[in-house]
Amino acid sequence: MLRFTEDHEWLKREGDVATVGITAHAAEQLGDLVFIELPKIGARLKKGDAAAVVESVKAASDVYAPVSGEVTEINPAAVDDPGSVAADPQGAGWLYRIRLDDPAALDGLMDEAAYAAMPK
Amino acid sequence: MPPESPHPAVERDAPAHASPAPIETPLHALHLRLGARMVPFAGHAMPLHYPAGVLKEHLRAREAAGLFDVSHMGRIVVTAGSGAEAAAALERLIPIDILGLPQGRQRYGFLTDEAGGIRDDLMVARLDDRLILVVNAANKAADLAHLRANLPGGVRAAELPGALLALQGPRAEASLARLAPDVAALRFMEVRETRILGAPATVSRSGYTGEDGFEIALPADEAEPVAEALLADPDVLPVGLGARDSLRLEAGLCLHGADIDRDTDPVEAGLAFAIPPARRRGGVREGGFPGAERILGALERGPERRRVGLLPQGRAPVRAGAPLYAAEAGGEPVGHVTSGGFGPSLGAPVAMGYLPASLAEPGRTVFAELRGQRLALAVARLPFVPARFKRG
Repeated sequence: MLRFTEDHEWLKREGDVATVGITAHAAEQLGDLVFIELPKIGARLKKGDAAAVVESVKAASDVYAPVSGEVTEINPAAVDDPGSVAADPQGAGWLYRIRLDDPAALDGLMDEAAYAAMPK
Repeated sequence: MPPESPHPAVERDAPAHASPAPIETPLHALHLRLGARMVPFAGHAMPLHYPAGVLKEHLRAREAAGLFDVSHMGRIVVTAGSGAEAAAALERLIPIDILGLPQGRQRYGFLTDEAGGIRDDLMVARLDDRLILVVNAANKAADLAHLRANLPGGVRAAELPGALLALQGPRAEASLARLAPDVAALRFMEVRETRILGAPATVSRSGYTGEDGFEIALPADEAEPVAEALLADPDVLPVGLGARDSLRLEAGLCLHGADIDRDTDPVEAGLAFAIPPARRRGGVREGGFPGAERILGALERGPERRRVGLLPQGRAPVRAGAPLYAAEAGGEPVGHVTSGGFGPSLGAPVAMGYLPASLAEPGRTVFAELRGQRLALAVARLPFVPARFKRG
């Protein structure tokens, strides 16, 4: 199940774990990425917490936790080569995985069609 | 770091304030055809980057040539009964040597205020009896008003319309000389009038990247063919404001409104090189400009704080506004970062900021607070990337 937030993140849920990344639209708006900081494995995130930082040449942007839960995995390739996130933000450029406190929390988020239709 | 943007994954520094429709430069249609991402900047619609992106644009300007639209900047012509009269009048507002500025030369300088702060930094060029100032876009209306209010009767200041391009990089000379062979004879900070594709052009050998290159003023309706002819050279890539900022930061050049402003004086900003002996204590035209007391005093005593280069020791960029500390824990801030980001030519983060003179020595370690942590930065000499001007 693929879901999107108004803050231009995507989540893909498998069981009670969701993979989180930034959308292709966000990546395009940010341009070349030069630095990414991800949460620590085991970190407890509350919805709305600053979970990650993505930085372009000019600007730093926080990526907020779209749901609450515990970080189970991060994508080391995103940290080693921020350009890989810009190149494939909705695939190989995922950021982290989170065990959902409430798997139903994704139900309130947009599906792909709703995100595509959202004014940006 | 506290949330600042309702759309955090989208660039945070885009100006969000309501403002009148931005002014389009004479190259607006070309930017759109080239696929630029346009942003409002100092009241103008400007290209932030083109499809190549900031990194490639930056590197092309260092390795070959980049073409910039800088038409948002202000060009102001100052005239009087004679060139000397205009020069003497401007020296009452700018603490540099303008009376001694030869025909066909330009100098860097700044408009100071009564407290010794920097109203704006600028270039002054002499062409026959005219003095032509190039000033920052955000300050041009205020600069023009300041000049008109403070220049004596008989000295006129008028904004020049038209386009301003910059062609920067080691291939700039070869590229521009195909269209105007006489520009190859210019040396750094020389300026001449010429023709490019039939259009009257004022060309100076100068820029804002640390590279060799040219700034080219053209009539508005003749700028686009010149820009297109330059872009037809495979060495030349269009470059937007994003890379303009990273290039000038690596070159250690100040951005007014960030690294210098009315709360900084030229001495602590490291710009005293522009103030010649003639305008200093004991000089033949000592002082006589706003804030002379503070500025000439700081020159003699040495500044209490200094602008320095800063190299973050990790990979995280440290941005403008970050407080600086002398120690890894505790204490009050001793300064702050005024510009910071990623330096594509260094492949590492770079920054500039102010530190007390006692800490402003290359090699010292200071700490910036970033997202609740203190990160080490090495104080470094500026520029980060050596200047490659054609001094001749």
